[in-house]
Amino acid sequence: MLLMKRVMVSPDRWRMFFRQFPKELEKLGLQSLPIVIIISIFIGAIMTIQTKLNTENPLLPAYSTGLVTRDTLLLEFSSTILCLILAGKIGSNIASEIGTMRITEQIDALEIMGVNSANYLILPKIVAFVVMMPFLVIFSMAVGLLGGYLVGMFSDVITTADYLLGIQYAFIPYYVFYSLVKSLVFAFLISSVAAYYGYYANGGALDVGKASTNAVVNSSILILFFNLLITNLMLN
Amino acid sequence: MIEVKNIDKSFDGVQVLKNVSAVFENGKTNMIIGASGSGKTVLMKSIIGLHRIDNGKIEYDGRNLPDMRMSDIRLLRREVGMLFQGSALFDSLSVLENVMYPLEMFARTTRDEMEERARYCLKHVNLEEKSFKLPPSEISGGMQKRVAIARAIALQPKYLFCDEPNSGLDPKTSLIIDQLIHEITVEFDITTIINSHDMNSVMEIGEKIFFINKGVKAWEGSKEDIFHVDNQGLNDFVFASELYKKVKKANT
Repeated sequence: MLLMKRVMVSPDRWRMFFRQFPKELEKLGLQSLPIVIIISIFIGAIMTIQTKLNTENPLLPAYSTGLVTRDTLLLEFSSTILCLILAGKIGSNIASEIGTMRITEQIDALEIMGVNSANYLILPKIVAFVVMMPFLVIFSMAVGLLGGYLVGMFSDVITTADYLLGIQYAFIPYYVFYSLVKSLVFAFLISSVAAYYGYYANGGALDVGKASTNAVVNSSILILFFNLLITNLMLN
Repeated sequence: MIEVKNIDKSFDGVQVLKNVSAVFENGKTNMIIGASGSGKTVLMKSIIGLHRIDNGKIEYDGRNLPDMRMSDIRLLRREVGMLFQGSALFDSLSVLENVMYPLEMFARTTRDEMEERARYCLKHVNLEEKSFKLPPSEISGGMQKRVAIARAIALQPKYLFCDEPNSGLDPKTSLIIDQLIHEITVEFDITTIINSHDMNSVMEIGEKIFFINKGVKAWEGSKEDIFHVDNQGLNDFVFASELYKKVKKANT
């Protein structure tokens, strides 16, 4: 809370904030796209195959595989599971970057210059990741659905027509909204928890590693906890 | 001038600084010397305000640091330059950008003027133009120290702190860095405080010397006096090397 009090203030120089901000958008957002694409496309494909195997029942319509795949992607995978994966990538990145700056006295140097180091280093990261996360989630949803479609195209598990019908059937837009709300909260959790562990790292390289691990573990636990909380609030 | 009055500092119940008082004059290179673990780095970090002291006063030209609010401390720090032991240059910025950084944060000038000032500071510390665009990781340790000095003086500070400026440097480069710090101190009439355990530096540029032993200021004086002091702790520190034992023998 004390750290956030220092982070969430107006920057000393907006010009410096807007110089950092696009760099963080690129580093935290755009550079996460490859892993988002790879994971989402495979999970979408695997989910389609597994759903089909588990719903081999003549009473269930053929399109149910697409429907289940879509809702699973929308409700859980593209927000929660993707964020758990990104907690590993982004969380360790932020914690190790800030932690290294701490142990090499770069943060002390900022403080001695009279710069609010917490604000200068952490705010652009939090804002950039919170801004980018909904786009990553939407991208993940689209690519995940594409993965399922490719299963229809290149195998005989399901026909593309049934799959396309399934992913359009009984679509509830509120699920997308729910997923985006979750992603915003998780993005804040990942970036702020990682920044906290990095900012208060002390010692040597080993301690930066520990800070990084703690950041990933704790942000993952918080994601699961808030997932339950938000789901209970928004879907129950 | 920086005046430190009766400061105490403890960590987890262990007292690291005990009733330390000192006056650091402007236009002079004030040196804090002492063995590793004597408390000199804690003293320097306390003076800057990176450690909050338990008791005492730290007055920057009459402004008592422990009484200040964080916003006032930040304003005061804009008058402070610091050279860190490991240079503490920002990895993500080039040499020139590192020196421009404090200017971009606080100077009210155009970008061209900032760049001009940064280039002036880098040339002042004898850095060649070809290194300006390089990242700090691609220049030598001595050059990194020079960049750090250039960054420290970019905003024309009134107070300059140097923590072990010669650590990791060869004797020749150490001498160059020492002379540079001394020149800057005299030229800009800065209050300079140097933390060191390098006796060569002390003899080269030390004008006022403070010896810290086990958290206590055990002695203060000039480099001329240092060879004739009846202080066991100081003598053990100064005459630890064969060279200085011979110097002492020659003097007596």
